[in-house]
Amino acid sequence: MNRWRAFNWLGWSSFALLLLLWELGSRATPKLQLYFPPVSRIFAALIDALSAGSIVQHLLVTLVRFAEGFLLAALLAVLFGVMLGYFRFLHGLLATLIELLRPMPSVAIIPVAILLLGIGDGMIVSVTVYASVWPILVNTIDGVRNIDRTLIDTGRTFGLSRWRILWQIILPGASPYIVTGLRIGLSIALILVTTAEMIAGSKGLGFFILDEERAMNSANMYAGIVVVALLGYGLNRLFLLIETRAMKWRHGMMARQAA
Amino acid sequence: MSILEVHALSKSYRQAGGDTTLAIGNITCQVEAGEFVSFVGPSGCGKTTLLMTIAGLLAPSSGRVIVNGKEVSGPPANLVLLFQEYNKSLFAWRSVLGNVRFGVEARGAAAPAADAKARKLIALVGLKGFESHYPWELSGGMQQRVAIARALAYEPEVLLMDEPFGSLDALTRLELEDTLLRLWAELKTTILFITHDIEEAIYLSDRIWVLSRRPSQIVQEIRSDFPRPRHQVTTRAEARFMALRNDIYRQIGNQGTP
Repeated sequence: MNRWRAFNWLGWSSFALLLLLWELGSRATPKLQLYFPPVSRIFAALIDALSAGSIVQHLLVTLVRFAEGFLLAALLAVLFGVMLGYFRFLHGLLATLIELLRPMPSVAIIPVAILLLGIGDGMIVSVTVYASVWPILVNTIDGVRNIDRTLIDTGRTFGLSRWRILWQIILPGASPYIVTGLRIGLSIALILVTTAEMIAGSKGLGFFILDEERAMNSANMYAGIVVVALLGYGLNRLFLLIETRAMKWRHGMMARQAA
Repeated sequence: MSILEVHALSKSYRQAGGDTTLAIGNITCQVEAGEFVSFVGPSGCGKTTLLMTIAGLLAPSSGRVIVNGKEVSGPPANLVLLFQEYNKSLFAWRSVLGNVRFGVEARGAAAPAADAKARKLIALVGLKGFESHYPWELSGGMQQRVAIARALAYEPEVLLMDEPFGSLDALTRLELEDTLLRLWAELKTTILFITHDIEEAIYLSDRIWVLSRRPSQIVQEIRSDFPRPRHQVTTRAEARFMALRNDIYRQIGNQGTP
């Protein structure tokens, strides 16, 4: 009953209406069908590609690249973020560099990466790591620097070593910020994987989409876009699911403060 | 040998303009094992700085602090400071049980034993049944009870308390005073307590040191030898209690406004 009510009927019906308009509009104007094939044809193309297995392979390639890039970025960014947040000197040393590099659109690094690493998986993963490191890094630094002094002093008066203070107080204390960074980093990683695949891939969903466009198979192209969209949606949902469990205390606390 | 000795302690701060202000003048005092001693003084007299320095969280500008015969150069292992701001010092990501267990674990106890001991202390501070609650689900008084249980779980020989009941309402405050005295009698911990509430100091302590305004110094030592266990109504109603209160009040009041 609750689930029934929680479901956003209005939102989903407006989405369904949009698809219906697309379908009817496309059928009414055959001249435009190269650009906007009917939804039903895109759906059929999707089913074909799925059953033939080709798109599944592209999906898996993209997924692996994404996972490698995102997880490596998360590891590096949290590690360096904690150090930069903790040691004032390191932060002073590198803050300007970070502030200059961070706003640069990360896709601009792709040509450099191709130059240095060629057009293989290594290049695509590296670019993904580079792009998704920034939001995680900056949020981790903020999180660590925002931890109340009293919390650290509590650890010290209980005789905790620096390492245990880091592990038991700083990391959980900064975790709400870190999670925010991870969520942004996840979206960016997916953007970069797809983009890099379009520019220099011979596999992956980005490559598939561009390849089908060049072959004028617009129904297949849209099928690829649908798969990328579903991938993004699924990964975000998975992230939220894990986050809701891991950060239960935080959600409860925020709800309490808002009330 | 006293369990805690403070010798000619002073602490100055460098201010934003570059000037240095002296927060603590020249404090010398000793606390005996098992005693309950309080510092009482006007707000802003550097009480927190004093306690942070004794706890080894701030380095003294001059003078020495000796705990159990060893000079303090960092936070000593057998001493814990309980902060006034329980909402900032409790771990929001740990349950009540998790918070108290932290105190046991910090001592180095193994996990299963830590659990049992934490549960026992939670019951002792009157929070049985709240083990799985998070601190932010509790009232201020209950949160400070968690903080006290966590500190005692560490089994410190000396417990420093920085105005622990300062931000609680009057009734909760009286309740917690009695809880603290009961635990103190049971666990035989040495307590050094800071408050600006004169009556609280008299009610809780064996001895009271009256502090001056900045730079703070001990202007008087007063014994509070009312029989224990003390009682919120009868002890506070004694004529001597009122006389002591007035005496200390005059000591603090005489210093004029800064």
